[in-house]
Amino acid sequence: MAKKLLAAAALIAVAAGALFWLLTAPRSISTAALPQHQPDLENGEAMFQLGGCANCHAVPKAEGDERLKLAGGLELATDFGTFRVPNISPDEATGIGGWSDADFVGAMQRGVSPDGAHYYPAFPYASYARMRAEDVLDLKAYLDTLPAVSNEVAGHDLAFPYNLRRGLGLWKRLYLSDAPVVSLTADAERLLRGRYLVEGAGHCGECHTPRGTLGAMREDAWLAGAPNPEGKGRIPNITPHADGVESWSEADLVYFFESGFTPEFDSVGGSMVAVQEELARLEKSDLEAIAAYLKAVPPRPSAGR
Amino acid sequence: MFRSLTLALLVSSAVAAGVAYAQGPIAGEGAIQSRQAIMKSYGAAAKVGGGMAKGEIPYNPAVGMLVLATLNAGANSVGHFFPEDSQTGGDTEAAPKIWQDMQGFNEKIDELQGATEMALASQPADLDTFKAAFGDVAQNCKSCHEDYRIEKN
Repeated sequence: MAKKLLAAAALIAVAAGALFWLLTAPRSISTAALPQHQPDLENGEAMFQLGGCANCHAVPKAEGDERLKLAGGLELATDFGTFRVPNISPDEATGIGGWSDADFVGAMQRGVSPDGAHYYPAFPYASYARMRAEDVLDLKAYLDTLPAVSNEVAGHDLAFPYNLRRGLGLWKRLYLSDAPVVSLTADAERLLRGRYLVEGAGHCGECHTPRGTLGAMREDAWLAGAPNPEGKGRIPNITPHADGVESWSEADLVYFFESGFTPEFDSVGGSMVAVQEELARLEKSDLEAIAAYLKAVPPRPSAGR
Repeated sequence: MFRSLTLALLVSSAVAAGVAYAQGPIAGEGAIQSRQAIMKSYGAAAKVGGGMAKGEIPYNPAVGMLVLATLNAGANSVGHFFPEDSQTGGDTEAAPKIWQDMQGFNEKIDELQGATEMALASQPADLDTFKAAFGDVAQNCKSCHEDYRIEKN
């Protein structure tokens, strides 16, 4: 009898293990699944600016051409441990020089490395998952034109159990989706474009939305401001609530993106400075689309203050 | 007559300065209040300057000078209001980095002073000259706020 029980328990354990393994499997993307696409470098550069890739992957405070050297190495201290930003310059040995299109799309949109491991969502693929594959391919083509920098970046230092990458498969099942966050009642083209830019490549929610216990962005407090991941202070609420940008017009928002000045002529500060300077380089029509979307999202009070 | 008046004025301002000195440099909450008042005057001046630059307020050279002189006065005084005992309290948005890197912070203030003096010297008679002068000063806001201010929103 005891033997039978033991055997049953072992069987259950094996089945649970197999189920976990199955559920957590990284799902890469095949070349056949990619759209036929002729890369547009200009659009790739716009995606690079909107995404602010240089803000994490270049040396902090780099200016001019130095911002195009994406050698990585920046350390991000978080509750889960220390993440190190990888080298995404087109260096074959230490960067992403040898990557195929499918490798790059798989990393950006599914959070899977070319050798089939899960990336941590400190890399904001939960936002990039909402991009069109064509825009991702344009970004890759643009990154391929940037200087290759040889710089071997050490791995992350994370606490148990976060150091077990396999578990991220479950996290992705819960939180990785290409569906839009905000459903818009009016489907004006400008609003849709704004939503696409903010929720996708712009990944604004990664800082402006508070996170739940498992580190995912809380959609019930979308863009409602959050503690500053870099330490003291807060990331502002950018919903059209009294705690946020209710009093701002769309033109005020566009002026802020262009100049870094609020309607009260306070200036942009902190890590938003580098973001704003990249935004200032985008097409005005895209800035207007972003502004229209921000005025259309559900107004939410700032949480947990 | 004129001479004795000037002399009296000089003496009285020296006395006033002496009194201020005898009370010691402004500290703690007082320093926080003072620098916040300066930043408020900055906001008000920048709003007028920015409004003229954007074309929302008609340009007037006297107002232009008032804006630049306000920014210059602030640039010359704000640095005195960050004593060690004013790191916290009074809803301060001053970042701890100011006291960890006082040299870097002072360099930013020097840059701001330089920019406001250049702007004043240009004595902008027309809007385009003002825009250039004001724009050069305004660049300094975010370059300092990037590292030395904490948003409280």
